[in-house]
Amino acid sequence: MAGFFKKLFNKVTNKAEIDWDELEADLIGADLGARTTMAIVDDLREMGRKISADDVISVCKQHIAGILPEDLPAFTPRADGSPTVILVVGVNGTGKTTSSAKLAWLLKNQGYSVSLAAADTFRAAAVEQLCVWADRLGVPVIKGAPNADPASVCYTAHQKAINDGTQFLICDTAGRIHTRHNLMQELEKIERTIGKQDEHAPHHRLLVVDATTGGNALAQAREFNKAIPLDGLIVTKLDGSGKGGIAVVIQQELKIPTRFIGLGEEASQFKAFNKQEFVEGIF
Amino acid sequence: MFSALSDSLDKTFRNLRGVGKISEKNITDALREIRLALLEADVEFGVAKEFIAKVKEKAMGVDVFKSIKPGEQIVKIFNDELTHLLGDDAEALNLNPPAHILLCGLNGAGKTTTAAKLALRLQKEGRRPLLIACDLYRPAAIDQLATLAKQINVPCFTPDPDEKNLVKVAKQALAWAKDQQGTALIFDTAGRQEIDEKLVAELKELHRFVSPAETLLVADSATGQQAVSVARHFDEAVGITGIILTKLDGDARGGAALSMRQVTGRPIKFIGEGEKLDQFGVFHPERMASRILGMGDVVSMVETA
Ligand SMILES: Nc1nc2c(ncn2[C@@H]2O[C@H](COP(=O)(O)OP(=O)(O)OP(=O)(O)O)[C@@H](O)[C@H]2O)c(=O)[nH]1
Ligand SMILES: Nc1nc2c(ncn2[C@@H]2O[C@H](COP(=O)(O)OP(=O)(O)OP(=O)(O)O)[C@@H](O)[C@H]2O)c(=O)[nH]1
Ligand SMILES: [Mg+2]
Ligand SMILES: [Mg+2]
Repeated sequence: MAGFFKKLFNKVTNKAEIDWDELEADLIGADLGARTTMAIVDDLREMGRKISADDVISVCKQHIAGILPEDLPAFTPRADGSPTVILVVGVNGTGKTTSSAKLAWLLKNQGYSVSLAAADTFRAAAVEQLCVWADRLGVPVIKGAPNADPASVCYTAHQKAINDGTQFLICDTAGRIHTRHNLMQELEKIERTIGKQDEHAPHHRLLVVDATTGGNALAQAREFNKAIPLDGLIVTKLDGSGKGGIAVVIQQELKIPTRFIGLGEEASQFKAFNKQEFVEGIF
Repeated sequence: MFSALSDSLDKTFRNLRGVGKISEKNITDALREIRLALLEADVEFGVAKEFIAKVKEKAMGVDVFKSIKPGEQIVKIFNDELTHLLGDDAEALNLNPPAHILLCGLNGAGKTTTAAKLALRLQKEGRRPLLIACDLYRPAAIDQLATLAKQINVPCFTPDPDEKNLVKVAKQALAWAKDQQGTALIFDTAGRQEIDEKLVAELKELHRFVSPAETLLVADSATGQQAVSVARHFDEAVGITGIILTKLDGDARGGAALSMRQVTGRPIKFIGEGEKLDQFGVFHPERMASRILGMGDVVSMVETA
């Protein structure tokens, strides 16, 4: 009852003391970044007359939800039977290999045929890592020899997927720091090579972003997006304390939506992005 | 050469030229810009606040150099203080025998790579390092460490792939190490989220058994606001003795360094600057401070002014 009257009182008198600092701390703490946070807080302050301390959080959630697009439809196989090629990219250690395996598992469980391409031929035991996953999940994998050309691994895997009538091919690539020009060029080459057997391929280019990352994730997304136009993010490690607020910033600045989230080290700890759940998680 | 930060500070101070002392009001205005710079560099909210309050106290009453822009002067005070904070108590690794070094950290931070980098460094110093694979979770983690060890010719203990008891692995590794006559034992552990109680308990158990002289937290320089939670939890669990900051070859501003340093009071001992095993070195607090404040060599400019 007390809460109800307090709310009523706030609404009627407009005297509510909204703790803007605390709200700011929450938003920055979720890695929404200083600028986005200040913009949100300013917007809310402008609404100051209309909102009370009690509902500032829910207005804030609505505001963030407004930045994010409606949840996107699930991936579906192509009508002509040719494989949907998904290229998975990102900086070192974000969770590309694990997410590639998890996505394969998700699609497989939806009844689709899936294969994996182990195109990280650079990092020690990267191919072995994906092969262990593939084995565990019962998904075929095409691998290259150590130091093989990653583009040619993807080409071979694509060819096999076309011949086998596989519905989805997921290509795991090596981690690369976005400021390394030659590595970004290598990525462009991989993309071009995948386009040789199907001009629309790769059909999806997903950037894997670690939810623990701060403002640098925006720079990562910007540079990868320049090299190969991205159509989605996979935000990993949301089982940790990171809130992944940077996904909101990336959406706002670059219009790249989050497609999937990673919630642990198991194959099943992965799912399609849900806007409502994500926004709830920020606070 | 001058950062956007000192430019905007100069704007704040434009009307204050000739003022001999920095007043409380000038400082408060300038601090807003600095606060923004720290937050944009991913310094944790609370750490930034605390740091600014501390430096404000120092900056009060400092004479503004007549010959230079006051904005630069303020930035220099911050830069000096930041350097000081990042660099205090920097000390070499404790390698007294038995030199057990345990690496821990979040998933994908760079532990396995760093273990090999550290081994290479110790080897170059004339020691005999040994690598010990203690990640029983990640697919092919053991293979990864063994491959790197081979590249640098360092013996590596690889547990049975089906073994799930970490303490048992450590026990076997210690027995093996005796025969190998190593002078430094580097333990690579599995990545874990700091709030994962089960995995943190496992790390504590391993730590207790190995009782390392050095327990190093390996952290990605692009870590955001959770840096404080990460550092605090690992420190509380196993008592870290230092921090290794990885992936500084990217363009992350690296504010996490300040957050982690501040909250644990532990020094940053090394940095990783690439995927290659020799891209590893000692930590330079002055470079890190400039990087966090987002500027070039302001310090030397102010000093020669
Ligand atoms: N807790 C948690 N760990 C994850 C998640 N996704 C991946 N990981 C872990 O993060 C670490 C790195 O994952 P990888 O899949 O190897 O990352 P990567 O991007 O392929 O790394 P590189 O290929 O070396 O650049 C591993 O320990 C994974 O188990 C997640 O959603 N939650
Ligand atoms: N660019 C760059 N990459 C690095 C650096 N240190 C490590 N890496 C890369 O980061 C990725 C993850 O490194 P790992 O050593 O596997 O990380 P980890 O902490 O052992 O990962 P988990 O055991 O899964 O928790 C790999 O691709 C490494 O090559 C660095 O200083 N710079
Ligand atoms: Mg990988
Ligand atoms: Mg590892």
